Amino acid sequence: MNEESLEIIGIQGLSKTFTTQKGNQFLAVDKINLKIFKNSFTCIVGPSGCGKSTILRITAGLEQASTGTVHYAASPVTKPCAEIGLVFQEYSLFPWMTVLDNVAAGPEFAKVDKKKRRHDAMDYLFMVKMEAFKDSYPHELSGGMRQRVAIARALANEPDVLLMDEPFGALDAHTRILLQQELLRVWELTHKTIVLVTHSVDEAVFLADEILVMSSHPGEIRKIIQVDMERPRSRANPKFGALTDDILRELGNGMVKSQP
Amino acid sequence: MAIIFNNGIFQNGFGIKFSRVDIKLWTVSLLIPVLAPIFLIFLWLVLASRIDNQVILPGVWEVGILLFHPTQDMIGMGSLAGNVLVSLLRVVIGYSIAAVVAIPLGVVMGYYGLIFRFFNGFLSLFRPIPPLAWVPLVMAWFGIASLATLMGIETGKLFIYLNNIKFSMLFIIFIGAFYPILTSTIQGVKTVGVTLIDSARVLGASENQIFRKVLIPAAMPSIITGMRIGLGIAWMCLVSAEMLPGSLSGIGYMITHAFTLASTDIVIAGMISIGVVGALMDMVFRRIELKKFSWRKQAES
Repeated sequence: MNEESLEIIGIQGLSKTFTTQKGNQFLAVDKINLKIFKNSFTCIVGPSGCGKSTILRITAGLEQASTGTVHYAASPVTKPCAEIGLVFQEYSLFPWMTVLDNVAAGPEFAKVDKKKRRHDAMDYLFMVKMEAFKDSYPHELSGGMRQRVAIARALANEPDVLLMDEPFGALDAHTRILLQQELLRVWELTHKTIVLVTHSVDEAVFLADEILVMSSHPGEIRKIIQVDMERPRSRANPKFGALTDDILRELGNGMVKSQP
Repeated sequence: MAIIFNNGIFQNGFGIKFSRVDIKLWTVSLLIPVLAPIFLIFLWLVLASRIDNQVILPGVWEVGILLFHPTQDMIGMGSLAGNVLVSLLRVVIGYSIAAVVAIPLGVVMGYYGLIFRFFNGFLSLFRPIPPLAWVPLVMAWFGIASLATLMGIETGKLFIYLNNIKFSMLFIIFIGAFYPILTSTIQGVKTVGVTLIDSARVLGASENQIFRKVLIPAAMPSIITGMRIGLGIAWMCLVSAEMLPGSLSGIGYMITHAFTLASTDIVIAGMISIGVVGALMDMVFRRIELKKFSWRKQAES
């Protein structure tokens, strides 16, 4: 698997400072260095407020880094680009559009002909098993179905890298596990590079090749863990439990450190 | 479509079955909205016969005749339908101008904080001024100038139509409709979810596309509500403006003029026409709201 060692996203010395409403400076993430390899599945786990979403938003070009740089392939990322997609936790589908038109939205912005973009969108709806709901509106769907559509919409833009910001965070436990399996299937089918942010250690261990464990105040990467378990992974596997424990302990340390 | 009665079950030509209870419920639900008007007309009948004075309260019948012959000329004031049409034309033009100005302005004010701050203080100063308080100033500015003056038409049938569209009237309608539309548009755009805008940006939308394909559709239900309220206010303002001295046509003029001639039946017929036209315009917007924007109510719940 020589191809896997190809670096697709490089983050160097990334820091982000926000100004709060009172005018105070707040350091959200500090000196992040990170390499994402092509076709890999990376999960970022960390407590709430550790800046994991901020890293994702900067990588997607939605926000600017205070210091440091983000590179896609060899070019710096300063604004959203078609090669990098982002899936949000919820409320991201356009409520006035049907499922099909939502999935075709990216190509619509790129001015692809209506017939072609709808035809292509259908392929992605089949991929996430939502073809039967093409004419439904988002409010008619369950949370899990909406996230399937959101994933299809991101894929229809044909990005190389798919960033996911707690995509299953608002779902019930059962749907969540189901969608994790579906996501792995889609990943294997499409050979995308995925970076998924989550606060669920279980989710990270189930999905990722590589897990970045973060701590908060300021957000830093504490540890990088390679997961060498065959897929499909079983939660009953002792290795699964051991790794989950390790990461939880690591996160626990991070929390202790951050307490005053 | 024949309804066949069979063992307490009604069946129509399509084979859909109704029970007797269903039909009862239908009749009741159809009857409920007309009960109040029927009661009002009944009250009117009784009062009119008791008072027995055409000037204070003309009979239902006299007013009914006027309403059912809308094209008949009324004591040299033109016909009921003609006057309603003149008023409607004024509203449509003034209101359209208000919508064309208020919607784009509202969208940019809702989206860009700086533009909002630039315009808001200024606009807030004018907002509390009732549209009719503008009348004296507007008369001083525009006098009897009309669309005919603007186009330089001085004779012919077209002149009669265009001369009825006075700038002063259009201005009053504009002021009346402008603020509700502007406020709702700003509100609608401000409440568009950040995630929706971010999603569009990540999917490659340009700034222009964010306006046209995200902000405006997302704010549309709110904009339509503002347009509905604005139309109601515009209609009310216009009729009031037409009642002022110097007005020579329109439904408001007809009512005032009929009053000076003690023709109360024409006054009431005019009032009913105003109500019916206003309600019909409102209904059109409600239909649009229900049909096109059902996603909003459900998306919010």
